Amino acid sequence: MSVLLMESTLLRKNLMALTGLFLCFFLVIHLLGNLQLLLPATRASESFNSYSALLSGNIFIKVVSYILYFSLIAHAVDALVITIKNKKTAGKYAYDKRGSASKWYSRNMGILGSLLLIFLVIHFKDFWYVYKFQSVPVDSNGNKDLYAVVIYAFASWWYVLLYVLSMFALGYHLLHGFKSAVRTLGVYHPKYAAFVNSFGIIYSYAITFGFAIIPIYVHLTHFGL
Amino acid sequence: MKVHLKIWRQKDAASKGRLVDYDLDQVDTHMSFLEMIDTLNEKLVLKGEVPVEFDHDCREGICGMCAMTINGEVNGPVAGLTVCQLHMREFKDNSTIYIEPFRANAFPLKRDLKVDRSAFDRIIQAGGYISASTGQPTEANTILISHDQAESAFDSAACIGCGACVATCKNSSAALFTSAKISHLAKVPQGREEAQKRVLKMVAQMDAEGFGHCSNTEACEARCPQGISVLNIAQMNWEYNKALVLR
Repeated sequence: MSVLLMESTLLRKNLMALTGLFLCFFLVIHLLGNLQLLLPATRASESFNSYSALLSGNIFIKVVSYILYFSLIAHAVDALVITIKNKKTAGKYAYDKRGSASKWYSRNMGILGSLLLIFLVIHFKDFWYVYKFQSVPVDSNGNKDLYAVVIYAFASWWYVLLYVLSMFALGYHLLHGFKSAVRTLGVYHPKYAAFVNSFGIIYSYAITFGFAIIPIYVHLTHFGL
Repeated sequence: MKVHLKIWRQKDAASKGRLVDYDLDQVDTHMSFLEMIDTLNEKLVLKGEVPVEFDHDCREGICGMCAMTINGEVNGPVAGLTVCQLHMREFKDNSTIYIEPFRANAFPLKRDLKVDRSAFDRIIQAGGYISASTGQPTEANTILISHDQAESAFDSAACIGCGACVATCKNSSAALFTSAKISHLAKVPQGREEAQKRVLKMVAQMDAEGFGHCSNTEACEARCPQGISVLNIAQMNWEYNKALVLR
């Protein structure tokens, strides 16, 4: 019963870790798809639009997308529950300089996560919602022209900046999150723990710069400086 | 040297505490931090004031009794020390030093710098032992263990239960202490027998005492006087998840 109620602090962290790692996996797939935007314009348009059509029509992808929505919501709600408990248990100092003992991003995952949540609302509204629920013109192959939607979204420099800054918030979130999740699941052997540390750093850099370069590239190639 | 102290004074858990200013002159740089407070206390007693209460015992860095937050950092400016091993030469002449007790919801304050860390004892009582028949000691080599494994278990067993991990943690999590005690026994054959039962009971007790979640910030390892590794926490998670599935 206590397992179902998630009374244990370790169980709650397991949920954070599993949903977090699924989101990490999703980011890789998402980035690989988005890298098509870096192709020359005509090829990029055709390739990106047919890829989007392929994903939205596939039943397997539909199931995965529901796991994705669940992971996002569970990750955020669990984080909130954990944070509320931690606020209650934490000691409060009159003079506090304990920050020197750890990295700031490891202590502020909640703030980074909240920024990412705000980013996701904007991101879903501008692409996911538009693609799914609004009428989008079709390209020459008869696929919805999501490529055009993406290109025009990055016409304004401040929107590009919003994306780039959000990707840095994501980067710091991953820098701590990936390693922390694997730790939570119990990888304790020093050899594998060291590998996970290095892999987590490379992964975080790859995801951050991979995603951040796309809006910059699109803006510069289509709208100049 | 001369120091300006701002020490947390509080009569008991129910009263309101505050930082009180004390100036102390002719402090020897070779004094330990605790000896500096002893000197202050002698002066307070001569003046008829109530001395500052603080925990201490061996003053050799191995008992885990002395514990306070100095200038906002657990056990003071040098990482990996107990307060008794901290010396006044680490401070500048004429500096202001803030001294506060360890703060955590699960460590209720008793008086001044003294907190009740018996939550740790109850976590140990929940499962930090092995059940073995007493009587004649058996021949040591009947249970074989590799030297590396024995050393690894000893690294975990080195935890002195001082509570610095809890006090430096932003969530006041007891994960490092509890995990060190769990993995110390999980690493030796004698402890494996009850490993699953032990981890479930000790984690349940840790949660019941009102410690927070582990956020893997690793501040605990950075400030631990014994340098206990955070990989103990990962092993606790592993043992816990295994026990959940298998037991």
